[in-house]
Amino acid sequence: MIDKLDQIFVLFEHWLLGYLPAFWRQPAGVLVNVVAIIAVFPTLMAISVWLERKGLGRMQNRLGPNRVGPFGLLQPVADGLKSLTKEDIVPRNADAAVHFLAPLVLLVAAFMGFAVIPMGRNMVLVEMDAGLLFYFSMGAATELSVFMAGWSSRNKYSLLGAMRAVAQMVSYEVPLLLSSVVVVMISGSLSLTKIVEAQNHYTGVFPHWYVFTPWGLAAFVIFIVAATAETNRSPFDLPEGESELVAGYFTEYSGFKFALFFLGEYIGMLSVAALGATLFLGGWSAPFSFLGWVPSWIWFFSKVMLSICFFIWLRGTMPRLRQDQLMNFAWKFVLPISLLNVLVAAAWRFLGGGWRQWVVCTLILALAYVGLGWGGMRRKRFGPRRYRYAE
Amino acid sequence: MLGEGLLKGLAVTAKNFAASYVSAERLTTVQYPEERIAPIEATRDFPFLVYDGEDWEAGLRCVACQICEKECPPKCIYIEKSKDKKPDFVGKMQIYPARFDIDISVCMSCQICVEVCPFEAIKMDTEFELSTTDRFGGLLHDRRALAKSNGHYRKIHPTEAGEVDARRAGEKAKAEAKAKLDAEAAAAKAAAAAKTAEPPAGAGD
Amino acid sequence: MSQLQSHSATAHEKPESQKLEGWNQPMELQPDGEAEILEVAMGPHHPSTHGVFRMDVALDGERVIRLKPVFGYLHRNHEKLGEGQSYLASMPYTDRLDYICSLTNNWAYALAVEKLTGQAVPERAEYLRVIVGELTRVQNHASSIGFLIQDMGASGTPLMYAFREREKILDLFEELTGARMMCNYMRFGGCRVDATQSWLDRTRKLVGELPAFADEFETLLCTNEILMARTQGVGILKPELAVNAGVTGPMLRASGVNYDIRKVDHYGIYDRFNFQVPLGDHWDVYDRFMIRLLELRESLKILEQALKEIPEGPVMDPKAKIRGFRPKPGEAYGRIEAPKGELGFYLISDGSPNPYRYRVRPPSLVNLTILEDMCLGNNVADVVLILGSVDIVLGEVDR
Repeated sequence: MIDKLDQIFVLFEHWLLGYLPAFWRQPAGVLVNVVAIIAVFPTLMAISVWLERKGLGRMQNRLGPNRVGPFGLLQPVADGLKSLTKEDIVPRNADAAVHFLAPLVLLVAAFMGFAVIPMGRNMVLVEMDAGLLFYFSMGAATELSVFMAGWSSRNKYSLLGAMRAVAQMVSYEVPLLLSSVVVVMISGSLSLTKIVEAQNHYTGVFPHWYVFTPWGLAAFVIFIVAATAETNRSPFDLPEGESELVAGYFTEYSGFKFALFFLGEYIGMLSVAALGATLFLGGWSAPFSFLGWVPSWIWFFSKVMLSICFFIWLRGTMPRLRQDQLMNFAWKFVLPISLLNVLVAAAWRFLGGGWRQWVVCTLILALAYVGLGWGGMRRKRFGPRRYRYAE
Repeated sequence: MLGEGLLKGLAVTAKNFAASYVSAERLTTVQYPEERIAPIEATRDFPFLVYDGEDWEAGLRCVACQICEKECPPKCIYIEKSKDKKPDFVGKMQIYPARFDIDISVCMSCQICVEVCPFEAIKMDTEFELSTTDRFGGLLHDRRALAKSNGHYRKIHPTEAGEVDARRAGEKAKAEAKAKLDAEAAAAKAAAAAKTAEPPAGAGD
Repeated sequence: MSQLQSHSATAHEKPESQKLEGWNQPMELQPDGEAEILEVAMGPHHPSTHGVFRMDVALDGERVIRLKPVFGYLHRNHEKLGEGQSYLASMPYTDRLDYICSLTNNWAYALAVEKLTGQAVPERAEYLRVIVGELTRVQNHASSIGFLIQDMGASGTPLMYAFREREKILDLFEELTGARMMCNYMRFGGCRVDATQSWLDRTRKLVGELPAFADEFETLLCTNEILMARTQGVGILKPELAVNAGVTGPMLRASGVNYDIRKVDHYGIYDRFNFQVPLGDHWDVYDRFMIRLLELRESLKILEQALKEIPEGPVMDPKAKIRGFRPKPGEAYGRIEAPKGELGFYLISDGSPNPYRYRVRPPSLVNLTILEDMCLGNNVADVVLILGSVDIVLGEVDR
């Protein structure tokens, strides 16, 4: 019974496809899965938008939207309808074809990443041996769309914003990749299903998720930082900073195309959250062995939504970093730590089991973090200050 | 250590998030118009004219002295004096305003008209939901719209109204006492005059 | 300078069909290969310019090489109006100068007129003036810090906390004066209306709770690494330049100059209170907002003392005239330490009921004059921060 609940979507798909002749089953199966992904993730995106507005509101001691539907649940629907009915203005000097294609490229590239993520036991669209590689190549295509948007608008603001956004995304690709490389090193495979299965073991009650190891925790933190920068979320949202150069690279977009950019950004956020959950938080595996009876897809989606809540929490608290500080941070702090992390993961593998690998790896990482942090702050002369009073 | 300040900030935000569900201090939204904040007594919105008793024309306190019109900074008051007079609360005959218009789209609620009025005739109302679709006429309140009873004044500003009423009652009592003394003096004088006029009539007996 | 001149002199001449309108023109490389100079107009319709304010910024890449502030979008003729109406009628208009701090504007004007007429103020009125003035300072500094962090992109969280406290203070103002923001409370010779005992008790209670808010604010902001990275070392204002430019208020004290008009002029009864003046040593944006936070705490100290010592008595001299008076011909300059700087009113009387000349010395305008010097060489992203740290209100800048 529990197994059935766990595999309910797979069984449902098999039942549906049973009605078709054998020749059509495989392509139809792919189609059904694609439709499922395209249906589920925008719904999750609507839920994230609602969560963001209510969450930010509560953090700021106010209610979020609560007039449209019970608890404001229909607010994303209202937002979508509004953007559909607004006039679609294309500037006269804009490059019309590129201007039209940019949001589409963003959406397609963002959705492609979901093809290789296992969302439950046996629930992955394409079982690829090099799934992680595929995911990152699709992620890189989103940067193209950002630049297309900025360039085609023929607007100083947009161009500046697009160039900054691309520079930021490119700088943070490297730590993102390096933190995933560590997982590949230890699990021995680029396939995301195998990575999840490698984490699906328990010692006693506790799972073997990679986040519970020193190199895994460091890689997870680096992954979060890099993912926040990749998806242009606070505190790395200078390219779309409202108080800087209006809306940056999508200043000239209105109506539905703006909504598509918005959708693309949130889908990107969901996508990196899903990847983070897969690589470090065990994907669809349960946090304790006695909770294995809960369906695997529930665990996966809960982890994704918890990551979204964390992104929202970050957004509510942090001011944004300036462009050059962002880049400095990426190249001078995050990158060295991620390189060191690769070394530490190798050391973990070769130090064998037991307490030695824990102590050595934790020590190396802690010292590096504290040392680099302290050195960086001192060089820039940042720090809390004491103030004097006049006599 | 790098990151300490960020973690402290995250803790503060999380505390506020959690507290917004349990304490009213951390969720200060009042959902207007379904919920309203209790009105504060001293609040001032736009002026109104006070009248005593039931008949607004007879009881209107304003005597069209035009001091408020002169002192009003944006000059939103327009007064026309009447040709005849009517008795005020102590019985003295005073002129009254034939026209008293306040343009509330100009009025800036500064309350100077209330301060300078020597007759306690104009006071500040607390009504602010005055939107109308008529941008010019709808926002020009004439004396019929402005005249509200003393009972209304007592309801919206009880402390002030109490003081004003006490003052006016004192003045009225003083005026009445003075009138009584004058009447007695006049009656005594008339009686004395009648007495001195009588004996010549009775002497011819 | 030469870079800019060659830009206009040697621009390409395009055929009519290809000429584009407005500032949406594509950028062109100069024929002699110099770097492009991007001219951007920030405002007047901008989320972070604190009102209708425009800055014409010339950028070399990300660096600011020229900045011209353009204001006047909110000019409402306050000074000329003042010449045409009586002294009392100008009092509500002073509320609307620095509209966030209406009570301190009232106080400066009342001080100027009292100097002109030689009117004395009863003691209870002086205490009430100090209490509402310091409450105004508290809510101004809290909102100013909140707006600065909002401009930095923290999606308004510290701003909402500051406004939560500000609402409580505004409720107190409404109870006392009748209005939340346009208070119109001071008169020449005292205050318009007395404060009841229950108002004073409620104020004491609020002042007891405010230090906790200041603590929470500090925890949220002062050691936040991103905040420190964004604000430390940015927008440096050297003390000599500040003094030469006539900068006053928290900006001057953050540049290390010890000048607080409450201590210098001893106006009102400020010499009875025990408070200190914080000074900054690094002269940057971080110092400016920390000085405001420290001054907030000092104001709370003054409030506690004033609320304890306030005597009974009248709040207005019964013989003082508020309307229809004709001051003797002469001039007077009354100034106070407003939350934004030195707010002064200069009045010239010619013996008539209206002033002959009515002049406001707006602290925001004078502090704004060195915006360019502070922004040169910084990133365009910092311009917004530096403007936020100057803490301007356009009502005062434009009058």
